[in-house]
Amino acid sequence: MNSAWIYRIAMAVLAVSGVAQMPVFKRYGIASIPGLGWTADYFFTHRLHYVAAALLLFWLVRRLLLDGPAALGKARLALLGALVLTGAIRMLKNLPDVDFSPLTVMLVDWTHLAAAMAIGLAALVMLAKRRADARERINRR
Amino acid sequence: MLKHISPDSRITRRTLLKTLGLGGTAALFPGRARAAALPASGGETATLLDLSKCIGCGACVEACRETNGKRYPKPIKPLPTLLPPGTKNEDFSDKRGDDTRLTPYNWLTIQSATVDGQEVHIPRRCMHCQNPPCANLCPWGAASKRESGTVEIDPDICLGGSKCRDVCPWQIPQRQSGVGLYLHILPTMAGNGVMFKCDRCQDRVAKGQLPACVEACPQSVQSVGPRDELAAQARRMASERGGYLYGLEDNGGTNTIYYSPVPFEKLNAAVAKGPGKPHLASVADSMADSNTLAWAVLLAPLAGAASALLKGTKKILASKETKEGSHE
Repeated sequence: MNSAWIYRIAMAVLAVSGVAQMPVFKRYGIASIPGLGWTADYFFTHRLHYVAAALLLFWLVRRLLLDGPAALGKARLALLGALVLTGAIRMLKNLPDVDFSPLTVMLVDWTHLAAAMAIGLAALVMLAKRRADARERINRR
Repeated sequence: MLKHISPDSRITRRTLLKTLGLGGTAALFPGRARAAALPASGGETATLLDLSKCIGCGACVEACRETNGKRYPKPIKPLPTLLPPGTKNEDFSDKRGDDTRLTPYNWLTIQSATVDGQEVHIPRRCMHCQNPPCANLCPWGAASKRESGTVEIDPDICLGGSKCRDVCPWQIPQRQSGVGLYLHILPTMAGNGVMFKCDRCQDRVAKGQLPACVEACPQSVQSVGPRDELAAQARRMASERGGYLYGLEDNGGTNTIYYSPVPFEKLNAAVAKGPGKPHLASVADSMADSNTLAWAVLLAPLAGAASALLKGTKKILASKETKEGSHE
């Protein structure tokens, strides 16, 4: 499988399972759609989030070692760094016998959420830009 | 105050302060100066409830309500209309006097049952899990567990999504709509109030006092102290008196341990259960699977590095072979 697809799949699963950590899929009826009941299962989507995080980390380290940081782009690397760091702290917090202060917990959660939203927005902007560029090339021909 | 701690307990106010690591805080209060000199143990504090002593008088419930009444929600009415249609507000403000179940206005309730001819009363509140799913899985950082073992929800931050109640094996936290941060963000579209539950009287403990329910009990039902010591005490009680324990292993271990003269399976079958009336069934560790997967996350970067190394080695070998081929 192409390396870019590993990244895309990991990010898509992370996005869905990440949003599922908030109580929205049940409230907005998504979980009532046949086949999507799992979106309201917090423990299942939490495990899914961990599996996708493992996939992302595998891809990230592989890509960094093979192609270097420049291949990823500074902005994406910074956002992924914030996401991975805050995610790692959250994962540590979930282990038995590991506790952080309420303020740390809150700041880490908010930063994780903000980094995820920024990556999502950046991906949408990039997608729109690529489409606009492609349309321009077609028009020039 | 010490007279309120179980007479056969090795736990004293000094030990309590020590285990809560509040020596520094206690130093701020002249009357607590002795406690300030104690070293912090760093362990979790638990409570052990001897149900053979509980007479169901309700003094603990009354003390809890009196002490925490100032922190009860004061909803702004009318409550917001929620989207999508069908989403319901939860309003207990007209049922403030209800102490028959857990509500945002009642953080401790007593369940009663007669089992094997014995009447047993069970004070119920947050179990303060050692690895609490409510605090681990709150997506907004409103719930957390302190080093002391107390699990708390910040009412200024909570959005009232009630995920903590959904993932709590006992569905302890209770929601009141019309209060909290969500009113200032998108009240119709996201959030639905604030979740409330016992926080073991954090404000009282910070002043060097015991939780109100512990102090008010005329039967000294509750002992407070380091978890490992109380767990050992509970096991001794069960073995010497032939009783049963709950909370030692449930949900990975809780900082609330019950000792009962009758089996908990029978108590669970006999008590009234439902919203605000928690069960007493055995509970597996909710976080166990996620924490096993944490190893996969930890090892993933190493797998990524190994994969890169393998690809790099293959490239080098391939280029060597090409060079050798061109020489021939």
